[in-house]
Amino acid sequence: MAQFEPVQTRKSLLTGDEAVAHAVRQSSVDLVAAYPITPQTIIVERIADFAASGAFTGQFVPVESEHSAMSACIGGALAGARAFTATASQGLALMHEMLYAASGLRLPISMAIANRALNSPLNIHNDHTDVMGSIDSGWIQLFVENAEEAYDRVIQSFRIAEAVNLPVAINLDGFTLTHSTEPVEMLSDEVVRGFVGRPPKRDSLMDEAPKSFGLMSLPDSYQFFKDDQSRATTGSSVTISQVEGEYAKLSGREHGPLKIFRPGSKVMMVMLGSYAGTARTTARRMKNDGEQVGVISLGWLRPFPEKQFLDALEGVETLMIMDRSVSYGAPAGPLASDVMSLLYRYGIKRKVIAVTYGLGGRGFLEEDAMRLFRYAGKSGSSFESFFFYGGE
Amino acid sequence: MEENSKLSQFQPVKSIFEINREERMAPGHRACAGCGPMIAVRQILQSLDVKPVVISATGCVEVTTSTYPDSAWLVPWAHVAFENSAAVASGVEAAMHALKVRGELKEERPVIALAGDGGTFDIGLQALSGALERGHRMLYVCYDNEAYMNTGIQRSSATPFGAWTTTSPVGKEWPGKAEIKKDIMGIVVAHGTPYAATASISHWKDLMTKVRKAVSQNGPTFLHVYAPCNRGWRFEPKDTVEVAKRAVETRFFPLYEVENGRYRITVPVAKPRPLEDFLSLQGRFSHLLKPENLEVLKELKSIVEERWSKINAAASVQVQT
Repeated sequence: MAQFEPVQTRKSLLTGDEAVAHAVRQSSVDLVAAYPITPQTIIVERIADFAASGAFTGQFVPVESEHSAMSACIGGALAGARAFTATASQGLALMHEMLYAASGLRLPISMAIANRALNSPLNIHNDHTDVMGSIDSGWIQLFVENAEEAYDRVIQSFRIAEAVNLPVAINLDGFTLTHSTEPVEMLSDEVVRGFVGRPPKRDSLMDEAPKSFGLMSLPDSYQFFKDDQSRATTGSSVTISQVEGEYAKLSGREHGPLKIFRPGSKVMMVMLGSYAGTARTTARRMKNDGEQVGVISLGWLRPFPEKQFLDALEGVETLMIMDRSVSYGAPAGPLASDVMSLLYRYGIKRKVIAVTYGLGGRGFLEEDAMRLFRYAGKSGSSFESFFFYGGE
Repeated sequence: MEENSKLSQFQPVKSIFEINREERMAPGHRACAGCGPMIAVRQILQSLDVKPVVISATGCVEVTTSTYPDSAWLVPWAHVAFENSAAVASGVEAAMHALKVRGELKEERPVIALAGDGGTFDIGLQALSGALERGHRMLYVCYDNEAYMNTGIQRSSATPFGAWTTTSPVGKEWPGKAEIKKDIMGIVVAHGTPYAATASISHWKDLMTKVRKAVSQNGPTFLHVYAPCNRGWRFEPKDTVEVAKRAVETRFFPLYEVENGRYRITVPVAKPRPLEDFLSLQGRFSHLLKPENLEVLKELKSIVEERWSKINAAASVQVQT
């Protein structure tokens, strides 16, 4: 077995999973309760290595299921600890019930989701079916494009969660990010430890005066709790930006709510996750040929960065919205539905092409992006929706 | 795991004057009159001097004690879901340990996971098994009222053979529940759990001593508490303790403990009362006392006898060695 010493060099070659594990190691996490599932496994293995060598100073609880992973994190957070877990696909589906418990109890828990398709048929490769099934479970949902961003956002997630009393999920594409080695510029242990600090004091099971948590709520009170939770999620955007800004001062890196490439382009491809890079490279090439195409890559999905998204629509004629999951029987995929309801809410009209692609690890190459960009430029109808079969 | 010296000492309960007099379950909760599980909870909480953290599974005890904005719990308490009290308690225990190591927590509290038979024998079995195997220092209490009472008396794998429930009704084809009660103690003991015991609300000194003994162990422990439900078992609220007592005296529910694999019967029943003394108090067994169900009654009697002799044999073998 390999020995994993704390990496002291600033620039390291890490997979996405390893980057997440290092972020957890550095962030003074008290409790990691996790269950292995492809493609998240390396996160758990590395944290176990860190625990074995003493580099991770919290408790590592190797639970017997993802349901228990989230349950143990909830217990830990109720006791006032900083808790982290990681999962994917079936594991996220199995812990689904507990996702609502974590957010409803307003607990600061962080979780990495190594996005993967859902059974059936069985498929271990990447898409966003897993997280889209849980998108309304009350978690802040962040998406990353590369290993370094995964590292950054995991560190930030503890501060965000503890400031707004909501759990935070960091989504990284299975295999594409979890298993690809990339250069990651890590911050020093001291800098990260200083940045995350310790969890602020909150009501807990350890308080001297006994407190009760998780009471039953009847129809007279339940909706008030949900209203409060909804406002907290929407309002969390301010805190997320603050934390990102503070982190940027230390690292020089700010990923923000969304990245706009070639603002004002007639055609904008709206994306989540790692394939945005492919779309950007393609858009850059096409610019050389005189074509006006751009990319909006969302770093936050919950809360939805409404203002920043609307600002990005200036001069845009067509939004090509790229979904890596299916909302069966719905007018469009989940991301497209979000965007369309936002457009309607603000009375904004744009052509929308809702594309379902990349399911179960189906590739997305530059030639695919080019075909789609060109199609969007020519399309005449105000709304279209189709499955796109790109590269293998 | 680190020893907490204050917790590792234990004194058996010999008289009412030795228990903690401080009430830890506030009056005014919404449990039924004559509720067996609530008697169990009161006895458990007053066994200890220190205030434990209690993690309740969804169920009768949970819903009747915690309707927002009221809580009857005078100890730190949380409810998360039905099937995961052992997993939540695992997280609490691990977190306490982490916080203590960081110097942010002075003393760890005893952690008690509290679930009914449905939350233990059925839907919570996996979480329980995981917690036992991982060795968290916690006491898992199953208050057993032998069916899903909170949802309206549906059978669980803890429901005894022959009992009527709303999903094991009595009819021409069915004798009540056709399957025997799951041996939860056997399952727990098979994990190598340092301490596991049965207890009954009718034998409070035995129950409270076992709670103290369990909490003194540096590892996972299990208490299987017999807690009659007058609504589900169909008896008068005044008879709750009497029913529990007769369950012990007829050998229907043997009281014993298993400490590091060693079996010991803590309440010996040399001359058992006839099983009918236990059954006749309860509507759920009334069909068994009719002549046409004589064979079913005989089978139940043999199940009870077999269970007793198995435990008795396990206890005797060790006495001889």
